[in-house]
Amino acid sequence: MHILAFLLRRSVQAVIVMFVISLIGFSIQDNLGDPLRELVGQSVSEEERDLMREEMGLNDPFFVQYFRFLGNAVQGDLGTSYFFKRPALDVIMDKFPATFELVLGAVFIFLSLSIPAGIYCAIHRDSWITRFIMSASIVGISVPVFLTAIGMVWLFGVELGWLPAFGRGDTVELPWGWETGLLTWEGLSHLILPSVTLSSIMLPLFIRLIRAEMMETMSTDYVRFAKAKGLSTSRVRYVHAFRNTLLPVVTVGGLMIGTLIAYTILTETVFQWPGMGFLFLEAVNRVDTPLIIAYIIVVGLIFVVVNTLVDFLYTLINPMVKLPGAKS
Amino acid sequence: MAMLEIEDLHVAFPKGKKAEVEALRGVSLKLEKGERLGVVGESGAGKSMLAFSILNLIAEPGRVSQGSVAFHGENLLELSERDIRGIRGNRISMIFQDPMVTLNPVLTIGTQMVETLKAHRKISDAAARKLCIAKLKEVAIPSAESRLGAYPHELSGGLRQRVVIAIALLTDPELIIADEPTTALDVTIQAEIMALILKLCREKDVALILITHDLGIVAEVTERIMIMYAGLCVETGPTQQIIQAPHHPYSAGLLKALPQFAGRGTRLYQIPGSMPPITALPPGCAYHPRCERATELCKAQVPPLEHGHACFHPIDQTEAAS
Amino acid sequence: MISLKGFITRFLSDPVAIVAGTVLLFLVLMAIFAPFLAPQNPYDLMQLDIMDSEMPPSWRVGGDERFPLGTDAQGRGVLSTIMYGTGISLLIGVGAVIVQGVLGVTLGLVAGYRGGWIDAFLMRLADIQMSLSTLMIAIIVLALFQAAFDANTYADYAIFMLIVIIGVAEWPKFARTVRSSVLGEKNKEYVDAARVIGLPPRRIMWKHILPNTLTPVLVISTIQVAEAIMTEAALSFLGLGMPTDRPSLGSLIRSGFEFIFSGSWWITLYPAIVLVMLILALNLLGDWLRDVLNPKLRRGDD
Repeated sequence: MHILAFLLRRSVQAVIVMFVISLIGFSIQDNLGDPLRELVGQSVSEEERDLMREEMGLNDPFFVQYFRFLGNAVQGDLGTSYFFKRPALDVIMDKFPATFELVLGAVFIFLSLSIPAGIYCAIHRDSWITRFIMSASIVGISVPVFLTAIGMVWLFGVELGWLPAFGRGDTVELPWGWETGLLTWEGLSHLILPSVTLSSIMLPLFIRLIRAEMMETMSTDYVRFAKAKGLSTSRVRYVHAFRNTLLPVVTVGGLMIGTLIAYTILTETVFQWPGMGFLFLEAVNRVDTPLIIAYIIVVGLIFVVVNTLVDFLYTLINPMVKLPGAKS
Repeated sequence: MAMLEIEDLHVAFPKGKKAEVEALRGVSLKLEKGERLGVVGESGAGKSMLAFSILNLIAEPGRVSQGSVAFHGENLLELSERDIRGIRGNRISMIFQDPMVTLNPVLTIGTQMVETLKAHRKISDAAARKLCIAKLKEVAIPSAESRLGAYPHELSGGLRQRVVIAIALLTDPELIIADEPTTALDVTIQAEIMALILKLCREKDVALILITHDLGIVAEVTERIMIMYAGLCVETGPTQQIIQAPHHPYSAGLLKALPQFAGRGTRLYQIPGSMPPITALPPGCAYHPRCERATELCKAQVPPLEHGHACFHPIDQTEAAS
Repeated sequence: MISLKGFITRFLSDPVAIVAGTVLLFLVLMAIFAPFLAPQNPYDLMQLDIMDSEMPPSWRVGGDERFPLGTDAQGRGVLSTIMYGTGISLLIGVGAVIVQGVLGVTLGLVAGYRGGWIDAFLMRLADIQMSLSTLMIAIIVLALFQAAFDANTYADYAIFMLIVIIGVAEWPKFARTVRSSVLGEKNKEYVDAARVIGLPPRRIMWKHILPNTLTPVLVISTIQVAEAIMTEAALSFLGLGMPTDRPSLGSLIRSGFEFIFSGSWWITLYPAIVLVMLILALNLLGDWLRDVLNPKLRRGDD
């Protein structure tokens, strides 16, 4: 099938998912807190309240209100944050670059470490390095991410004082309004501890996964046949075995996106990293409903987009599945 | 000097932490240039192990624990990894059992053919592709040119096995080892593929080791037979001779079990019991629990391979005739 | 399968399994008998004295014999809060896994046995739920609950909520495993035989297929308890789980976190050590069980 058909199909799916998420978001808004009280406080009389209620359309039926909400949401209006007194979407998008760069740093770290480590452990099954990595990985899986974070802050930030442990440092604003911390040493140094922490929980999982999958592909008939053809060891390993190892790794990687986003909340909390997760937790503590809903919708959108990209990547590396979601 | 000479080959697998079990327990064979040998036995007899140990491709944690594989007088088991790679897929090729899993699913047919050539020859991409197309035509693959860009899953099982055969022939090898090349295929195309292998071997004077559990195929294709049971060769000799007058009771049993050798209307014979796993071999001749001719001697000692069979109580001609 | 005797022999010959098993047994016993063993009852506000707050462990300067591991900001003995907190963490972990198991095994059996659109629907639902991640679902649901109810109501229902949310969010792991076991067993002769005798499908499922799927379920359960405890700890650390007056190990770490940098490291460190030991022991035992009972089962693609 054609690439456009694939994108179209995925867009339709994405719209449906977003529709459901928005419905959930709206029912939360509808049931949680009174927007009027948040806006005007207690000092306004009962008649004036009723009038405003009517003007704001709060007495309309559920679905009328929902479609108004949806209409606004499509135009980028997810309500106004009670605390910041600014459009909730703007508040969130201001924090998006921080979270994005944190995730980018973490993904960079764990991919560049887990792939070589996983391959090494699959090939040298009985070496002491493999045994060490495998034992360390089960310990790594067992340490909750917030403890790693606390440990990092305490050791490198406080005791040794090598690296900054809180915040993002100074950022540089790019022409399109993106605040980046990647261009200065100060920004990068602030990124190190949080991104190492965030990668620490994914790293052992991926090493184990890549090792297991690589061991499995190394024992397949096509790898044996590749050896029987007299190909070089590196070609057998990297062209024949590793390319097939990538397929399940990409699938599982796609499944980890939700977990990764959840862990950004934990990591950002400990490092006071000014990202979306930190903002979300503050919003929860302040019962800033529009901001909570905006976060859920933005995260839902990120989730849908990344999942589509992962599926797309999967079709690129796996010729057998021309189109995920298509009926075979 | 024979082209291929295997001497007392043992393959062992670890069992638990210290012990080992032997999947091959001392197998020897000789193969001349252009000769076709059938290796027959039930699954688990060690046939595939024999095939893979020739190219030193025993899967871990197995290992060749004893013996030699001499190819033109050179022991393949002692070659460096680099040198053995020069033999594999070049002078000795293999055809695997199941074409559905022999070809790498994420690489095109062209890639998997060209890489084989490039591993052994200094050749340009264009020339390699041309040669690949020629080989695909030789194995009778229709519209060979367009197949180079295809992925394995786009071809049927029969076509895939033809591709595997084409890959095996790419470098004009002296010996092809075919491990049950038709077992995984549809019955209707089994004969076609077998005929193709036979034709190509004859035309190019390529030696063949055909590993199979099917004595019928062996009878049609090969000149000599080796019958294996529980990691040992129990009988070997010219194909026609063994089929007409087997000496070992196991060979006789296998033959009796073949429909084409059973008389019309008679019940198909079945050897009683099943082959023991290599982890639990009985003492003495491994076949004795299933053998009607077994005596106390068979339970105590492993019969040596003499006069082409390893049996204390071989079936002799006069007896067979009666 | 493996006999009970073989099982025990394997256990006793593996030092890692023995250590992990001993640690786990120790922690479980400590939690169960906390009311008898703990020096103080941290729930009893009458026993607390604000003058005792932030005392270092007893062997350090300023320490007190009554509080071997020091005290937290509210004057509770760290040792006592850990003993009680371990119990709450374990209770939530085991409770959540029971919910997961019951839900997952039932739905997995139905999906595997019935097949068709029920199977397709349940597995699609499982896919979506798995990719959303338990922690993310739990964070959002708990955040909304916290926003919707006042703190006291929330505190009363926290244990219940955590068990239900972590339980419901993780059913797909069990369901998938059971489903694939069922698909493997479904076409075996004894199931056909049962159907031929005229046993109703539900009885066939429970009586015949279920026992055969227990091995993988046991293996998964162990690792799932570890994961549930980890999830609970993360939620409590974020302030979305157990309240500080009925702390789990996660909420203890949360309440100690702000005092690390003023030097009161013991409030965080000791619960953290216990939490990691507990999770590590469960993970090691889970891996060991999987190796012994079912070498084919792997972590990662469960």
